[in-house]
Amino acid sequence: MNIILKNIIRFVVLVFIQVAILNNIQVSGFVNPYMYILFILLLPFEIPNWLLLILSFFLGFSIDIFSGTIGMHASACVFMAYVRPYVLNYLSLRDGYEVGTYPGIAYLGFAWFFKYALTLIIAHHSFLFVAEAFSFANFSETIMRIIFSTFFTLTLIITSQFLMFKK
Amino acid sequence: MKNLLHFIVRFHFTILFIVFEIFCILLLVNYNNYQKSEFLNSSNAISGGIYQKVSSVTDYLSLAKTNEELNRENVRLRNLLHSSYKLTTDSSFVFLDTIYKQQYIYRTAKIINNSVNKQLNYITLNKGRIHGIEREMAVVTDNGVVGVVKSVSDNFASVISVLNDRLRISAKLKGNNYHGSLIWDGVDYRKAMLKDIPFHVKIAKGDTIVTSGYSAIFPEGLKLGVVDKVMTSSGSNFQNIKILLSNDFKSLSYVKVVGDLMKEERLKLEEEATE
Repeated sequence: MNIILKNIIRFVVLVFIQVAILNNIQVSGFVNPYMYILFILLLPFEIPNWLLLILSFFLGFSIDIFSGTIGMHASACVFMAYVRPYVLNYLSLRDGYEVGTYPGIAYLGFAWFFKYALTLIIAHHSFLFVAEAFSFANFSETIMRIIFSTFFTLTLIITSQFLMFKK
Repeated sequence: MKNLLHFIVRFHFTILFIVFEIFCILLLVNYNNYQKSEFLNSSNAISGGIYQKVSSVTDYLSLAKTNEELNRENVRLRNLLHSSYKLTTDSSFVFLDTIYKQQYIYRTAKIINNSVNKQLNYITLNKGRIHGIEREMAVVTDNGVVGVVKSVSDNFASVISVLNDRLRISAKLKGNNYHGSLIWDGVDYRKAMLKDIPFHVKIAKGDTIVTSGYSAIFPEGLKLGVVDKVMTSSGSNFQNIKILLSNDFKSLSYVKVVGDLMKEERLKLEEEATE
């Protein structure tokens, strides 16, 4: 399937899942899984940096429109997109990344994907929850939310990768 | 100039990132101003449609709360109802709202303790004196009578349940107005006995039993139950009638407490008459 079409479908499906299902999950005020960032994780290796930023902005912005939090998810997504090339660089393989692939479990295995996803999810969630609180008051509570939500987002993202384990 | 272009090309990623972040933070801070803009309005037509579909599913999750709100609303409307008002004099008044004077006032309450398995069953309500509940008010549901308020504290009220053999309720047959009294025989929480109905009255299974309105507690015509079985015993002038209660006392949750605004006047008059 065309890689552009594939990513468009992924975008729509992930935004829908986030808005219709995951946004309604708020166990004890701590746990808000944000699975939609899987879209940014799975963008191809060769994507130009400027396109990465623009796509991430629009992804965050679509979530913002549904949540009534204009700018919040968008800023967190842009931050995550900014970090992504550095993380990829840090985790790079000896032979470099294979052309025409994307950073998923299917290509690079569980251990690599786990490190990659965990780093970027923490980047996104830290930015998001600090921007949401918009202050460093009650900082311990913000930290709790980052930790719990990171755990749940990571679980969801890895589960979804196993459910759709094909190249 | 050439150097500047070099700089921009070299650091375009970081510069673009900073531009985006500044834009996002401006959006975040000025959110209220952007809310009315054309762009977001057209977007909201889409998001609104999706949200409607989603909420048609998630509405089920808030049913309990909605029920409580509806119950409160029902009580408010019942207070406006004709049957809560009483004709004060003849109809020579001009204005409709002065013809009727309110006699019964309904308040909603939740049962927080209930039992059906003892001989003397009592119910506790979550409202009390400060909510306007007083002794000897009637406690009912839409299905029928629950009991009578026995004592009140500031925040709670204790109710003698119908399932308590110390409570006798003046009841009548809806069809022919013969009246007797309803008591619980202490056996089955769904059944009670109607006593003092004379022998000659013809009663069929399924006849409706309602409150008589002879006591100053219950308004007339509240449902009590239906006739389940008629038992005749020789040597007695009265029939024993087994009633299937219309309320399921095991599943009660919200009740209405009925206050009679003209009770004192009535009791005073009745006292005067007997002196």
